[in-house]
Amino acid sequence: MIPAKFSYTRADSADDAIALLARHGDDAKLLAGGHSLLPLMKLRLATPAVLVDIGSLRDLSYIRDAGDHVAIGGLTRHHDVEHSDVLGEHVPLLREAAGHVGDPQVRHRGTLAGSLAHGDPASDLPAVVLALGGTIVARGPGGERTIAASEFFQGFLETALAPDELITEVRIRKTDGAGWAFEKFNRRAQDWAIVGVAAIAGDDPGVALVNMGSTPVRAVTVEQRIRAGASAAEAAEAADNGTDPPSDLNATPEFRRHLARVLTRRALTRAMQGAAQ
Amino acid sequence: MPSESEDVTVAIVVNGEPTTNTVEARTLLVHYLREVVGLTGTNIGCDTTSCGACTVLLDGESVKSCTVLAAQADGHEVTTIEGLARGDTFHPMQEAFREHHGLQCGYCTPGMVMAAVSLAQERGSLTEAEVRIGLEGNLCRCTGYHNIVKAVVAGSAAMNAEASK
Repeated sequence: MIPAKFSYTRADSADDAIALLARHGDDAKLLAGGHSLLPLMKLRLATPAVLVDIGSLRDLSYIRDAGDHVAIGGLTRHHDVEHSDVLGEHVPLLREAAGHVGDPQVRHRGTLAGSLAHGDPASDLPAVVLALGGTIVARGPGGERTIAASEFFQGFLETALAPDELITEVRIRKTDGAGWAFEKFNRRAQDWAIVGVAAIAGDDPGVALVNMGSTPVRAVTVEQRIRAGASAAEAAEAADNGTDPPSDLNATPEFRRHLARVLTRRALTRAMQGAAQ
Repeated sequence: MPSESEDVTVAIVVNGEPTTNTVEARTLLVHYLREVVGLTGTNIGCDTTSCGACTVLLDGESVKSCTVLAAQADGHEVTTIEGLARGDTFHPMQEAFREHHGLQCGYCTPGMVMAAVSLAQERGSLTEAEVRIGLEGNLCRCTGYHNIVKAVVAGSAAMNAEASK
């Protein structure tokens, strides 16, 4: 399978990429690792006229301790997230979840920001960043703006990112000392989650679900119950509240609701036991 | 501002040899290797980033060459299965696959070996559990994986021993 024809251009800087996007509008797509976009293009589900390759913007590949949060550059690959000592110390949930994306070859190419920009509700990291209350930094022709993860995912493969914007950074508040867990249910090792759960316990709990609707879903009722002092089992009973899970050959919506409750109970049980995993 | 084109000229070092060619921008790295450079050791299996048969090393790291554009490899180094042996001497991972009979039909083998080399370069000597998790991106429909896992455990130990000489 070969993508439809397109024009290829390589951006030399983030501003260069933004200028190219501004010129081509909806016809252009950014290419970072390409591990969401190229499979879609090979299936001709996406046929952009212009690809703007930002893969050589290495100055956007970094993971930095930024005081109260960790700053992750827009071109940082899953592999780098998975092996980051800074994240291991301050946001271990993200580091752990990154190691569940695809397989090692995919993680050598795919990027955190690319996964967020793609906005697939079946991807692991959008839900993880949502549970962690992350912030997405987007740069466009008018400069930079920040978007809360809770505002970012708007529909199936739709995000708050404008066509001429580029994610330059993802910011995640440190979760030092808070318990956490990531649960992913699938049939084959490298597959997307049939359902997944990212959970962070502590004073400011966060729980978000993978593949339980057209966007990653924050389990608001579960979080409220935890804050009110509920046990993991009591809180997890509400895990499928407000979700609209899809039906496919792997699972019915009813099975997904069941999985969400069970996986959330498991995740919360581990997370509420403390930071030790 | 850079130019845009449906054709791109790429300069890719393949197995230590510089190659320069003008190809369609949509050319996938696996097609570049097989059809332009003429190295057919890299196989196309599923063509959907699942099976790993097309795994090569890009700047030393395993990637699925069916999901990388040749244009993305411009200015970089690629190693294929043909680039592992030194003359008539197998790479330690190749030798381990031979010794432990880590294949049956052989179709997945080039990708398995390249994924295993990358894994062993990153992590050193591998345990059985590490191999089973680390090869999650490579499918084999013949062997049931047992001899492949044995081969990669042995091959990673041999690579580690060679590296520490």
